[in-house]
Amino acid sequence: MTEISLNVLDIAQNSVKAKASLIEIEVEINTLQDFLTVIIKDNGTGMGERELMRVTDPFFTTRTTREVGLGVSLFKMSAEMTGGSFEITSKQGEGTCVKAKYILSSIDRMPLGDICATIETLMVYNTHIDFIYNYQIDGEGFSLSTLEMKEILDGVPLDTPDVAQYIRDYLGENTNAVNKGQIL
Amino acid sequence: MKSLAELKAIKEKMKGQVDMRAENEGNIRVVVGMATCGIAAGARPVLQKMAALVNEKNLTGVTVTQTGCIGLCRYEPIVEVHEPGKEKVTYINMDENKAAEVVEKHLAGGNPITEYTINESDLVK
Repeated sequence: MTEISLNVLDIAQNSVKAKASLIEIEVEINTLQDFLTVIIKDNGTGMGERELMRVTDPFFTTRTTREVGLGVSLFKMSAEMTGGSFEITSKQGEGTCVKAKYILSSIDRMPLGDICATIETLMVYNTHIDFIYNYQIDGEGFSLSTLEMKEILDGVPLDTPDVAQYIRDYLGENTNAVNKGQIL
Repeated sequence: MKSLAELKAIKEKMKGQVDMRAENEGNIRVVVGMATCGIAAGARPVLQKMAALVNEKNLTGVTVTQTGCIGLCRYEPIVEVHEPGKEKVTYINMDENKAAEVVEKHLAGGNPITEYTINESDLVK
């Protein structure tokens, strides 16, 4: 993985697999306190204590097509190698919350990357799941909720090309407005 | 900042139109592997490129979707083309340029690009 945003896409796929109906993704950047946090929270099936203990082990996976599971371990490593931290909490039947904290100025922090592409991909290709996305830099930000969009769209699906384009533009324009030229 | 207001206009425009894609029986299904292996290898731009071009060329009989790990991680990004009545075509080691070519020649033109499929490159290796 070369971008934080690719990790986000990957970790959110776990929530999709866990049959979540709502996935909340939050990216918060604080340049003064020098951190970047990513939170991915779902209301999926969750994990029991035993599974939770093994989830950051690269040789643990629930899939049957291969024997390794690198997603969570790679995400954890990417945060910890900056001097940041990683936390995963889960409860069976309630959901899972993954939180990664990066030291913003660390030379080992990978770029945030194309977070808009990640959010767009998640929203457009998982129309049966709702997403609430929140992006903040130094207290200024925006959010996008598929719940709100679906209410306005009144049955027009999110994967309609015009709607997908709108989502792309919304994310792109608002991210640019908040970033104010900073490359993250 | 962009607001949600514009979404209302899109709804008004789309609402009257029947969703042709859902009713189209002879649909070609394009599946992009999007597990850790696929994502790390560059599947996200491949998926986006294919979806954008399918839309641009107005290929209404084609649906682009994603899936998890196909089990051939070293060949990611992998794109499978499922066409009713035909054998599945598996493209491997994809990138944006190859994806564009597949849309042009295979999805629009009807001719699979054997050079990029799994059988051909297996023989080379």
